[in-house]
Amino acid sequence: MNFDVNKIRKDFPILSQKIYGNPLVYLDNAASTQKPAIVIDTISKYYSGQNSNVHRGVHYLSMMATEAFENARKNIADFINAENSNELIFTSGTTESINLVAHSFGRKFISEGDNIIISTMEHHSNIVPWQILCEEKNAKLSVIPINEEGEIDFEAFGKRLNEKTGLVAITHVSNALGTVNPIKKIIDLAHSFDVPVLIDGAQGISHFKVDVSELDCDFYCFSAHKMFGPMGIGALYGKEKYLEKMLPYKAGGEMIEKVTFEKTTFNKLPFKFEAGTPNVAGVLGFNAAINYLKELSIEKTSAYESELFKYATIALQEIEGLRIIGTAKEKISIISFLIGDIHPFDAGTIIDKTGIAVRTGHHCAEPLMDRFQIPGTIRASFVFYNTKEEVDSLVKSIIMVKNMFE
Amino acid sequence: MMKIKEIESQIVEEFDNFDDWMDKYTYLIEMGKSLPLIENEFKIDNNLISGCQSKVWLHASYENGKVIFTADSDAIITKGIINLLIRIFSNQAPDDIINADLNFISEIGLQEHLSPTRSNGLLSMIKQMKLYALVFKTKMQNQ
Repeated sequence: MNFDVNKIRKDFPILSQKIYGNPLVYLDNAASTQKPAIVIDTISKYYSGQNSNVHRGVHYLSMMATEAFENARKNIADFINAENSNELIFTSGTTESINLVAHSFGRKFISEGDNIIISTMEHHSNIVPWQILCEEKNAKLSVIPINEEGEIDFEAFGKRLNEKTGLVAITHVSNALGTVNPIKKIIDLAHSFDVPVLIDGAQGISHFKVDVSELDCDFYCFSAHKMFGPMGIGALYGKEKYLEKMLPYKAGGEMIEKVTFEKTTFNKLPFKFEAGTPNVAGVLGFNAAINYLKELSIEKTSAYESELFKYATIALQEIEGLRIIGTAKEKISIISFLIGDIHPFDAGTIIDKTGIAVRTGHHCAEPLMDRFQIPGTIRASFVFYNTKEEVDSLVKSIIMVKNMFE
Repeated sequence: MMKIKEIESQIVEEFDNFDDWMDKYTYLIEMGKSLPLIENEFKIDNNLISGCQSKVWLHASYENGKVIFTADSDAIITKGIINLLIRIFSNQAPDDIINADLNFISEIGLQEHLSPTRSNGLLSMIKQMKLYALVFKTKMQNQ
């Protein structure tokens, strides 16, 4: 395969360090990915040579910063194949994107007696905003059940859809199980009832090509920091037909057209939703990450990741007493597991001491853990800079845990 | 009965025998396994300490001017840490518990467990134990 992982690892300065004397094995990519030097340099260069507020000044720096900022928007919109870059709103990340829709779409389009459909495997950030909205509006939260493998019950989803459904909000890839949901099928079925669909794309977009026009989703939410970009920046893609009708979510500078004390009219898209000075350095870093991914070719990184994922799944399954939680047919990059009766916290504490970063706990998906009746899991999540040798280190570490606790 | 400071030095001495983290954690695991059992009637949601990745139940009673603690957890390392805390705090006078500085934790190299981000509850456990001591002290003064 034309994919030199050792060369790629050199692009990520953080990966070469040692933790407790062991080479760092970073397998917490579902929580946040590491950043290539090009992203770090872009941010540093922005602050050293370009920093200025955007969309305001007529001076040179401001115009250059505005141009770079708006070019980034076009590039990122193009990356997900949005029809129009006005449909790409910068937010602080997936959580804010979902909250924006819950506020602005929710206020406008959800009324008493409506229902909002989510699934059992949602992250808290795709549960709580809808819960709050439902309480406010006296609407109902309707939850699609999942099977033992961690796949949604599509038939049950169909039964939940009706003329009172205001929105379907569902994750592309489960952060706790790795399940890839059949979102195209979900979107098509929801649209046959004229119901819009929001996709939580936080765990999807770094692993495979996302084409919002082909998917025909109404909203797609994602974070830069989970796709090799900086923290604190992300995006909301939304169809113009909804965004135009939605009211602003934050008010302030930038989002206005004309302000008098009697009446304010709002700016056009996308600025209507971007009150205040934006995170310009973040956007440029985000853009650098997108360009980096494009250059690597997402087809190639996907192919490498799926081979690594297969290798890791087999290697972990061979460990006696290890139980993988979530065995969906369509699954990527994330392996959640338990080792015998060992508490995930105990296992995680020891695995950490071997220089391996994994996540333990409920992964911000408590209802999902309740569904499986477990306190949490140990989660290893992989991206294209991880190696088979790192999987082997994880296996060794797990065997050490077994020896210590059993 | 040994004073809190004396028990702390005893624990520091025990941990001095270990050269590496593995021995230290193996010992903590042993301590976890040998933690005296909490009465089942006290292993209730009301006695759960919040803010822990693992569940921790803590019960306190007051006998002859001393606070008696019993506790349990579903994670062994947490139980090991609890065992240390109970050795130090149980059967001590409220004032001694309230004023204890617990320097031994960093001396035995477990300060990482004090970080709030570890969310294993060591910090909440200590807070809760001191709070019980304060409650008993106040109750006694008011009697």
